[in-house]
Amino acid sequence: MTTSLLFFYFFAAVALISALGMVLNTRNTVAAAMCLVATMLSLAGVYLLLDAYLIAAIQVLVYAGAIVVLFVFVVMLLNLRSDAFPPSRQVLSKALAVVLGGYVMWRFLKLLPGMLPPEKPIPAGFGGYEAVAIELFTRWVLPFEVTSFLLLAAIVGAVVLAKRRLD
Amino acid sequence: MIPLQHVIALSAALFLIGLVGAVVRRNLIVILMSIELMLNAVNLALVGFSRAQAQLTGQIFVFMVIAVAAAEVAVGLGILISLFRNRDSVNVEDVSLLKW
Repeated sequence: MTTSLLFFYFFAAVALISALGMVLNTRNTVAAAMCLVATMLSLAGVYLLLDAYLIAAIQVLVYAGAIVVLFVFVVMLLNLRSDAFPPSRQVLSKALAVVLGGYVMWRFLKLLPGMLPPEKPIPAGFGGYEAVAIELFTRWVLPFEVTSFLLLAAIVGAVVLAKRRLD
Repeated sequence: MIPLQHVIALSAALFLIGLVGAVVRRNLIVILMSIELMLNAVNLALVGFSRAQAQLTGQIFVFMVIAVAAAEVAVGLGILISLFRNRDSVNVEDVSLLKW
């Protein structure tokens, strides 16, 4: 077993455990957000192992840095109490959701080995900033520009929604 | 060399955890976090396939997904704050007006 495979299993285990911690933690929303940070950071480690260096950096900056900070900010702004969620009445349907999800996952993992195409060797510099930037600003420059409109619309929408009253 | 099969299995497991979280939990903030987790799982699958096919298009698509995720969080938390101001709650069972 090589070192990179060992690291992959480590990061995968951390990602899965902290993702489960996020979903199962019903007491403290800030702790759930911290679990989300752990998942994002270990996924950044997996991206490094998969030769996606720029994506790994952006994952740390945008997800762990910006998005989760926004979540924590809102949780602390709203000052939620832990008694805001009385026990659920729909235990049966939720248990059914978990069981069906587990069944679909099991079927998927059984089918998976025969479905994947053979892997190709990657060229030198694959996933570095130079290769990604050349691809992004030549072939995919129009989608990149359209993304800026999306972000503008999101900024305006967030400001309008969070405003107390529209004049 | 990490087998693609393991990457896709991890991605599927993370997506499933996110999906169950989005269906089962009632805290709107945690539901938004679960949606983020699902988007991350999709990103992981895209990066894995991008390396297996030796094409950078998958990584470009991950950029777009991250931009969409950032926009979604900004608007989603804006909706959440406005909802909390009107209903004084982030429980999804209190805002089931459009549910059949």
